[in-house]
Amino acid sequence: MLKNTLIALVIAVLAYMFYNVYNTYETRTSLSGVAEYYATNAAKEVGAANIVTSIVVTYRGFDTLGEVTILFLTASIISFFLKLKEEDENKSIKHGITSELLITASQVLVPIIFLFGIYVFINGHLTPGGGFQGGAIIATGVALMIMANPNIRINNHVIHWVESISGVAFVIVGLFGIVLAGGFLDNRISGLGEFGTLFSAGAIPIIYSFIGLKVGAEISNILNKYQKSQKEL
Amino acid sequence: MNKEIVFIIIALILGIVSLILALIAIHNKKLSVAILAAGVVSLFASVLYLLMAAPDVAMTEAAIGSGLSTLIFFYVLNKIKKSNA
Amino acid sequence: MEQLDLGHISLAIGFLLILIGFWGLLTQKNIIKIIVAFTILDTGINILIVSLGYIVGKTAPIVDNSVEQLENHNVVNSIVDPVPQALVLTAIVIGFGVTALMLAYAMKLFNAKKTLEINKFNDLKW
Repeated sequence: MLKNTLIALVIAVLAYMFYNVYNTYETRTSLSGVAEYYATNAAKEVGAANIVTSIVVTYRGFDTLGEVTILFLTASIISFFLKLKEEDENKSIKHGITSELLITASQVLVPIIFLFGIYVFINGHLTPGGGFQGGAIIATGVALMIMANPNIRINNHVIHWVESISGVAFVIVGLFGIVLAGGFLDNRISGLGEFGTLFSAGAIPIIYSFIGLKVGAEISNILNKYQKSQKEL
Repeated sequence: MNKEIVFIIIALILGIVSLILALIAIHNKKLSVAILAAGVVSLFASVLYLLMAAPDVAMTEAAIGSGLSTLIFFYVLNKIKKSNA
Repeated sequence: MEQLDLGHISLAIGFLLILIGFWGLLTQKNIIKIIVAFTILDTGINILIVSLGYIVGKTAPIVDNSVEQLENHNVVNSIVDPVPQALVLTAIVIGFGVTALMLAYAMKLFNAKKTLEINKFNDLKW
């Protein structure tokens, strides 16, 4: 009883705070100072049409590096938790008959989904999208593969190698920035290229492709571990 | 009709439906209904991001928040159901 | 009526989703339901942050190909705030990682006790 009263009290205080914030909130009519700087200079300094991309990859590149590290850490801890015993590893999952429609559709769609994911992260500096979205789309393709054939063996070594190599390459491209440009993760390692074309914005397409491969491999790894955990009982 | 007014009407509908779905997700006894309701809340949030001129965030939310999260929830639910049977 | 714009509506939706999620987090007894409440809280916070960067009538922060727009520095007057969007982008991905991690813990806890009722996990109580 006391617990319920306390919960109600906490929610009420929080709701009162939110109500006050809501009442004093005024819709903004102009950008804040930092955002104004980004909006004015991003196209000139970074050369990317998508300002969100130039913030994520260049201005706040360290945040992205840290975030990719956090995702790697969660994937590792999940692998550790869902580790199977030796005898479970070789069992196959008993499942109902997968629908013929799903199997045929997955054969046609999975390559197209992978291609779309690659398109999304290569064009991250021009259109909405980028490494995280492209990686998630690739992982969706892996999920469709697993749905169509629950006993599929996804090669763990390939996933681990893609993940490690793209993670190291991300840092190495960042280090190139120190040598050839202003600092770590600076994208002006070569010419910026013509604004609005695919090969522009210096290192941004390269870095975002590595981020996309890494995120896709990590999420695929998590999905694969959950699928395998269905074997033990 | 004015674009702003259409956006406001869509946002109001999305908001009311997603609040109802959030309450269903908390209150419903069936776990599968709760998980699906949370997934739909996430999907409506992605439409709301698109209305608020944030296409990058909308793509991420649609792919990760409502797609892959729901999938992982169902893996766990399947395992629990198999164990209980 | 002047408060009925997209920014205020999304702000209200965000606040209400946070309240619902927080309430579920505190009152639910099933671990899976707690994680569902957590994802709703997460969605609410993300909507809140994006709505703080919204400016009525502006477009997405993508610079058009037209050079005139660049040379006149009209970009400042035509886009919404890109900084909250960049923050939320990373927050969603981390939220997915955290949810997956919590579900792995939940699976381990279920394997240990064959139940998900949080009141049954009283090993540290005395």
